Amino acid sequence: MTNAENDIKSLNAEGISLKSVSLWQITWRRLFRRLSALVGMTILGILVFIALTAHWIAPYAYDDVLIGKEDVKARQAPCIHMFGCPKDQPQHIAGIDGNVRDEFSRLLYGARLSLMVGFSTVTFAIIIGTVLGAIAGYVGGWLDNLIMRFMDVLLAFPSLLLAIAIVTVLGPGLINALLAIGIVSIPAYARVVRASVLSVREMEYVSATRALGGDSFQILFRRIMPNALTPLIVQGTLGIASAILDAAALSFLGLGAQPPLPEWGSMLGAERNQVFTAPHLVFLPGIAIALTVLSFNLLGDGLRDALDPRLAHVS
Amino acid sequence: MAQYIFRRILASIPVLFGILVVTFIIARVIPGDPCRAILGEKATQEICDRFIQIHGLDRPIHEQLFVYMGEVLRGDFGESIRFSLPVTRLLIERLPTTVELSLAALMVSLFVGIPLGIISAVKHNSWIDVLTMVWANTGVSMPVFWLGLMLAYVFSLLLKDTPFWLPPSGRISPGIPNDPFYKVWDLTLPESGLLLATYQFVGRLNILNALLTSNWELLKDAIKHLILPALALGTIPMALIARMARSAMLDVLGQDYIRTARAKGLRQRVVVMKHAFRNALLPLVTIIGLSLGSLLGGAVLTETVFGLSGVGRTLYEAITARDYGIVQAFTVVIAVFFVIINLLVDLSYSYLDPRIRLE
Repeated sequence: MTNAENDIKSLNAEGISLKSVSLWQITWRRLFRRLSALVGMTILGILVFIALTAHWIAPYAYDDVLIGKEDVKARQAPCIHMFGCPKDQPQHIAGIDGNVRDEFSRLLYGARLSLMVGFSTVTFAIIIGTVLGAIAGYVGGWLDNLIMRFMDVLLAFPSLLLAIAIVTVLGPGLINALLAIGIVSIPAYARVVRASVLSVREMEYVSATRALGGDSFQILFRRIMPNALTPLIVQGTLGIASAILDAAALSFLGLGAQPPLPEWGSMLGAERNQVFTAPHLVFLPGIAIALTVLSFNLLGDGLRDALDPRLAHVS
Repeated sequence: MAQYIFRRILASIPVLFGILVVTFIIARVIPGDPCRAILGEKATQEICDRFIQIHGLDRPIHEQLFVYMGEVLRGDFGESIRFSLPVTRLLIERLPTTVELSLAALMVSLFVGIPLGIISAVKHNSWIDVLTMVWANTGVSMPVFWLGLMLAYVFSLLLKDTPFWLPPSGRISPGIPNDPFYKVWDLTLPESGLLLATYQFVGRLNILNALLTSNWELLKDAIKHLILPALALGTIPMALIARMARSAMLDVLGQDYIRTARAKGLRQRVVVMKHAFRNALLPLVTIIGLSLGSLLGGAVLTETVFGLSGVGRTLYEAITARDYGIVQAFTVVIAVFFVIINLLVDLSYSYLDPRIRLE
């Protein structure tokens, strides 16, 4: 028996495990110990569940106009039997919207759109941003300058205004709004990736791969990019939150999702002049947006702390 | 120092040039016919041809770009096609609304956010800390337009007959005298130029103008109108600033020199404010600079919700109405503003931390 094996045996006897633990396992453990991250994951879990099952749990379809089907009026206040609403009235726990549709069902279906908006824009922005940032950082020189100065120009505009301008060019609609928000968020990811690439480009293990005959593609994606993963995940999670907010804002202004799509921002925007007479139609979609954004913010913060090696002593 | 500022300004020229080109291109590729967008669907071909010729829209695009660049360098932003007014005049008219709103929102976020952050760092893990963090996390997650509408609902409708009632829209109530200071002081206005623009600009900053002319009625009314929009716009930056102030203070409070200061027997207030806060300011200034930028995006929504004709709403309307003049001029002004803020933030670093040398 070698010395090393002896050592392991004696350590095992003292109850110290030497089983290797991956970074992701550590991250998971730390994440589950944080109350805020747990709250975020719980809300997100519920939202994902609602989004996946909306067509089963929603009492009505999102575009189901109830005129002639039930005795309800446009913008009727919520009617909940448990809280004293007369039993002979049909139950609508979030009330009726301006086009005589069940607001609750529309809110449930809205979870689908918001999650889709968040994930698709950020995926788009991460892919493009990563490619641009990686090229800028790896190649350097005038190409780096060109790409990053262009990113500076994009960053010099308030993101919402730039998104409005892009949507006006492309024409209003959900897909174009997604594209606009995606484009606007590219610079953040390009910067993150470029910074990571610059910080490890000259490391010895990169030179070693090069010396062993690895091509640029392999060096970039197998050796350098894994280092950019951590900040990208954090930035991406927080980015989903702001993408959902921006998309809701565009829809609020009438530039994003078009009726009858149950997008929370456009539901809110359509009824904004009725805030004094039918406050539930403004209040509830806003709460839905805020909860979704909150869940991603909490999760993003939790991930940042969990992935931060400087906070290792916390775990 | 002066050399650094000069070099920074030089370095921002390419970015400003890029911004000019990008806005110009965005304004030109917005689909749709500017003539019919402005004059209406029924405008005849003949009228449209003349319209296009008058506004130089028939020239090649690169020629239009050069003409435009030349005009901008001379401080002439051309005319708004929609309002038939010089864009500069519109800017003087609408900028004060946004400036007042943004400054008020910034004050809300600073005067609430920083103390909250400091207190929750000093009383780490206490109920006030937990409450602040819950509030900060909720604050950054709320849509600005929703918060604005909810504030209007609570303060303009629910609190209608109480002293807490606040107006839901506009800048001043009808009938309130708001003579600009140059009229009250009997100043003779210059014909044109920068001085006239400054006079008119200041005259439209209601609160400053009210103070200059001792018009207390106007002051009270303008402040009442400003509270709700400022709260709506200031909440997100407030939450960001509170969070950053807390984590920066926590970092600093754990340092050895803080223990030394305490061991010397210094009072808690001196330790926190003089030793700790000053050193926590650096990351705080960065986030304040960033939030100032995001205020302008939020201003579009806040101005829409509260019926204010400021820069944000005008720009949004101009983009959708294809009013090239306004889009180009307002974007340039906003971008220049961004560049200046970034410069100020960088300059403040060396002031706050003398170890940082600006090279």
